[in-house]
Amino acid sequence: MTVSRGFAGRRRGGQRTDLPPGQYDEGDGWPVLTAEVAPRLDPQSWSMGVDGLVDTPRTWTWDEMHALPQSDYDGPIHCVTTWSKFGMHWSGVSVDVLLDAAGVKKEAKFVLATSTTGYTTNLPLEHLRGGQAWVAWEADGKPLTREHGGPVRLLVPHLYFWKSAKWVTQLTLLDHDVQGFWERNGYHDLGDPWREQRYQGD
Amino acid sequence: MTEQVADSTTAPAPTGAWRTAVVREVRHPHPRAVLLRLEVPDRIDHLPGQHYVVRLSAPDGYVAQRSYSLSSPAEDPLVELYVERIDDGEVSGYLADGVAVGDRLDVRGPIGGWFVWRGTTPALGVGGGTGVVPLVAMLRHAQAVGATDLLRLVAAARTWDDLPYADELRDAGAVLALSRTGLAGGRPSGRLAADDLAPFLEDRGPGWTSFVCGSAGFADSATTLLTGLGVPDADVRVERFGPT
Repeated sequence: MTVSRGFAGRRRGGQRTDLPPGQYDEGDGWPVLTAEVAPRLDPQSWSMGVDGLVDTPRTWTWDEMHALPQSDYDGPIHCVTTWSKFGMHWSGVSVDVLLDAAGVKKEAKFVLATSTTGYTTNLPLEHLRGGQAWVAWEADGKPLTREHGGPVRLLVPHLYFWKSAKWVTQLTLLDHDVQGFWERNGYHDLGDPWREQRYQGD
Repeated sequence: MTEQVADSTTAPAPTGAWRTAVVREVRHPHPRAVLLRLEVPDRIDHLPGQHYVVRLSAPDGYVAQRSYSLSSPAEDPLVELYVERIDDGEVSGYLADGVAVGDRLDVRGPIGGWFVWRGTTPALGVGGGTGVVPLVAMLRHAQAVGATDLLRLVAAARTWDDLPYADELRDAGAVLALSRTGLAGGRPSGRLAADDLAPFLEDRGPGWTSFVCGSAGFADSATTLLTGLGVPDADVRVERFGPT
């Protein structure tokens, strides 16, 4: 590590202890980073499914999804581009509810999440289980906006936020890991902010 | 919908380890910007459109890192970054004011294998403000490999002075859309409009792609214009940047 001559750092005044390494507190901001055209999705024609290594592939409409038991996430999110955003309040359905409804086969070890745009991201199943992941449609008390993945996105807040696929439409259970969009483009297969798993090889 | 987002990437993009670059040139083309040219040892060739991470370290171990698109093509022996100074920008402020020739900077790259143009298929680049930086890398690569007939560019900014590489883009035949000022003998002032883009969409060839880069607001309006002109979502690649 090269010390940068004359660099003291300005953001760390009162820096939080719950900030993962290499991250900074974005405060009230919420940058929008996407690789594709943000789709305009109509909730009334939207649906989301779980398939692959499950007992019964399932699909939920907007109304059916909202009739499921809801749960919330309160806490931070972390983007690989080094911003973190604290104190967020998210509402949706726990991924556990969806997976339990479909019945996960024991050989399933990985999940590939797919968006309406074709965007994909891979996750180990164990990182979606046990109340760690949501399918969310509300952030900070408001419907999730289109640029942030609305009407519905995956929310896996303990991993870098590219894993929280915007406009999610399918979760596919697999017995092997299949890299997603950014993972094939050099990003890490897991993406744990606390271990700074930003790129392949980290 | 757009399965191409998932399918059209080819080989995985290699990302280099951290390297210690040496600053060889520092220029200030604009009061709010700095252009840095870096010598990167053991560098991995990049594709136009890729970016690097720059990491600053304080003596006590505090670090801050940010991503910046490259404006240089792989053919350039140096890596070139055009950095806009963000208000209260911890990294951009240091790069703009604190860096001198001969300094060493930790860098990592190249990163990103999606917003890239290999110079072999027809492409339209649409950049807003510093969003033109990766398009300049595409332009320079096209010039290096004799593929300028494949690349068309549209660059938008408020004024001429707000447009990075304005002379170079104009000389390459880019359409310049300035929202606050007209161009002598050219386009009147006004925001980027469908009329600016439509002429480039008539004879799209196989593999045609448009590359849109800029702020979230610019990227959204430019992609809306393109899709409104009948461009399929799958033909549009977007690089949005926020004030990070």
